[in-house]
Amino acid sequence: MATVLEPTTTTEDIVDAEVVEESGLLRRPKATTGVWSWLTTVDHKKIGILYGITSFTFFLVGGSEALLIRLQLARPNGTVLSADAYNQVFTMHGTTMVFLVVMPLSAAFFNYLTPLMIGARDVAFPRLNAFSYWTFLFGALLINSSFLLGGAPNGGWFGYAPNTSITFSPGHNIDFWIFGLQILGIASTVSAVNFIVTILNLRAPGMTLFRMPVFVWMTLVSSFLMLFAMPVITIALFLLMFDRLFGANFFNTAAGGNPLLWQHLFWLFGHPEVYILILPAMGIVSEILPVFSRKPLFGYPVVVFSGIAIGFMGWGVWVHHMFAVGLGPVAVSAFSVTTMLIAVPTGVKIFNWIATMWRGSLRLSTPMLFAIGFVAMFTIGGLSGVTHAVSPHDRQQTDTYYIVAHFHYVLFGGSLFGIMAGIYYWWPKIFGYALSERLGKLQFWLWFIGFNVTFGPFHLLGLAGMPRRIYTYPKHMGWDFWNLVASIGAFVIAFSVLIFLYNVMHSRKVRNVVGDDPWDGRTLEWTLPTPVPAYNFAVVPTVHGVDDFWHQKYTEDEQGRLVKLPPQEAQADDVDPASIHLPSPSYYPLIASFGLPIMAYAMIYGAYLVAVFGGIVIIGALYAWALEPSAEPHDDHEGGGGGDGADPGDTGSEGAAAVEEVDA
Amino acid sequence: MSTTTVDEHGGDDHGHVTNTGLSNEKLAMWTFLGSECLLFGALISTYLLYRGKSVSGPTPKDIYDIPYTSVSSFVLLMSSLTMVLALAAIQRGDHRRLRVWLLATALLGATFISGQVYEFTSFIREGLTIKTNVFGSSFFVLTGFHGVHVTLGIVMLLSLWSMSMRGKLPEEKAEVVEIAGLYWHFVDVVWIVIFTVVYLIPSN
Repeated sequence: MATVLEPTTTTEDIVDAEVVEESGLLRRPKATTGVWSWLTTVDHKKIGILYGITSFTFFLVGGSEALLIRLQLARPNGTVLSADAYNQVFTMHGTTMVFLVVMPLSAAFFNYLTPLMIGARDVAFPRLNAFSYWTFLFGALLINSSFLLGGAPNGGWFGYAPNTSITFSPGHNIDFWIFGLQILGIASTVSAVNFIVTILNLRAPGMTLFRMPVFVWMTLVSSFLMLFAMPVITIALFLLMFDRLFGANFFNTAAGGNPLLWQHLFWLFGHPEVYILILPAMGIVSEILPVFSRKPLFGYPVVVFSGIAIGFMGWGVWVHHMFAVGLGPVAVSAFSVTTMLIAVPTGVKIFNWIATMWRGSLRLSTPMLFAIGFVAMFTIGGLSGVTHAVSPHDRQQTDTYYIVAHFHYVLFGGSLFGIMAGIYYWWPKIFGYALSERLGKLQFWLWFIGFNVTFGPFHLLGLAGMPRRIYTYPKHMGWDFWNLVASIGAFVIAFSVLIFLYNVMHSRKVRNVVGDDPWDGRTLEWTLPTPVPAYNFAVVPTVHGVDDFWHQKYTEDEQGRLVKLPPQEAQADDVDPASIHLPSPSYYPLIASFGLPIMAYAMIYGAYLVAVFGGIVIIGALYAWALEPSAEPHDDHEGGGGGDGADPGDTGSEGAAAVEEVDA
Repeated sequence: MSTTTVDEHGGDDHGHVTNTGLSNEKLAMWTFLGSECLLFGALISTYLLYRGKSVSGPTPKDIYDIPYTSVSSFVLLMSSLTMVLALAAIQRGDHRRLRVWLLATALLGATFISGQVYEFTSFIREGLTIKTNVFGSSFFVLTGFHGVHVTLGIVMLLSLWSMSMRGKLPEEKAEVVEIAGLYWHFVDVVWIVIFTVVYLIPSN
């Protein structure tokens, strides 16, 4: 063990690295601006922005699909979409919003914020981080390319086998879904490992686990959920792939295959996935509410423990997705109870958020409006969730629009409200100017009203018996009015998104520069200059408590009133940024991940030799990657440690820790 | 834990000291192996679910050759021993023995894989393929998946061996061998579970 921890900087390392550079396939990329700088970047901030822009683009795609669905259902006997097109559109709407929007939008915040909030210079494995992003992008493009290549996936986001087996779903639609999700699963697993290691290993001095911002805690919990949930769907997809491509019998009922296997595997992944989608938003809101209430988060440890409890209990509730399957009274009762129990930590959080605002001096800026909207809407979604836990009631709701109402209240009313709050809150830190408050508030109200007008009626439609996933419905079912209302609401939401886009363009032009700490923040990212320098912290901070930055700015007098402290002298002046060693950009993450879609297309079209070629691309790139040092040696003494682990996936000492050196 | 790092971070330690005391790479491998547990867990569960559920033969009873598989399992288990010896060698600075034990480990792994290839082909000759029944599907996918893991491990070991041959695996990097060893031992342990569940527990 002792050998492990010793500094490994020796002259050998430097010689080693230089030899590699000469013999390497590609010269080390040097660009710091322009397209190449983005293609080869390993900077967590740039990768965060890439995640954000890409997933927001897919939000527009998934949103357009939603509008098509609402156009089709606005009137009885709609003719906008055929039954087949409807199946594709609703499948891709769900798949896109879960895997290509909410997960990667959360990843955008993980990437940009986690190192800043824990006082690190980058994530533990910067190149793996780039690999995760490119893999996500290629997986997303692969799934969506199916629209142009004979038809998109049409088996629902849950892809129930044997409906998705080759007998009932001939054509490549489902194959695109399988391989796309496999690739996205790789991206999620790799980034889960990266963020777990980053948070556990790279915290600044004094940043103990229970001094971390709640957002970082929620990043950690959802990373663990991803780590353990993704392999389960990976296996489910593998089994389905073997059935479809190689004639296996996993879901072939004639040969004794059991459709329940798919449902168990899918929901054993699927329910933790729900928490993967909501916990990051909970983290964001837990950052925003204290800042705009000018009070610390009420019951910080309780909020954290509730998040951890949700992470554990999330593994014991999946069967509530299967109450109508017929598993028998014991299983159904047990999972009813666990589902009711998981509402407890969630409820605890809601009360903590409310108590944070209680008697605070509230500022109703746009981020705060979205955060309060989150608390209110998520509470409604949570309550309808508890009604599903009551299994006799659930039997009535299963496969109706009531369920659709519930999960939109938690995923849109929850996750997306939280993410919008985060976008407005951190925008000035990320881009150096604030978004317009006037347009932001207009967007919020349209978004809030549009959301409730769209999804509120779904409760009524569901209770009136309207089934999910039907592409049209006859007149005189009593569903006409509320469907029309919901469709109008959907276009109100779309309008509010247009206002957001206009806000971005407008604010870019106006460039309202608001400084480094516009909201009077509490966490470390607000101590940094804007725009954040590539190395984040000139001097790695030492942390003394929760909300450390706040306590540098304010103290309390005897009556408990806030007293502003004189600003502290920045200590960073005497640090020469050139002496701070950062991981160098690299081509290999991009090349390695490019092998994945090659393999996937080859598998879909049965060109197995091409698949082998794709595999060679991946392995070759990983070898070149492993032999390339994480940071190029400069003229000083730091060798950066060669990233030459033999397992290319777990490349050698790539850590930002390895380069976290300041010549003060 | 992290309080002990306060001074170290400020000092000129090149940042190699982490909050947990584990290097990033080793922690990443442990984390990754945690994920792998669920991967194999799901596959093993699938196999167990389909035990005795095939509607046509051949069944495990008709086809398993327990003594044969016991021998190849023993070979794989022995490779964990040689892996430990390889790590001990590099920690002592004995690079010659490191290379010997790395090669021995890879060779034992390759023997196991050859045994698996032979087993697969003889099963196919006897009429069991992935298409035959749910036993065939779950057997081939589970053991094949494990075989792919062993094969990747062999590639890893040979890469380490070639690095050492070129003098690029100095003692300070003994941890790289340790991390590869973690993966290798994990794959072995998984095989013990698979061997027990798939071969030894009798099924009808």
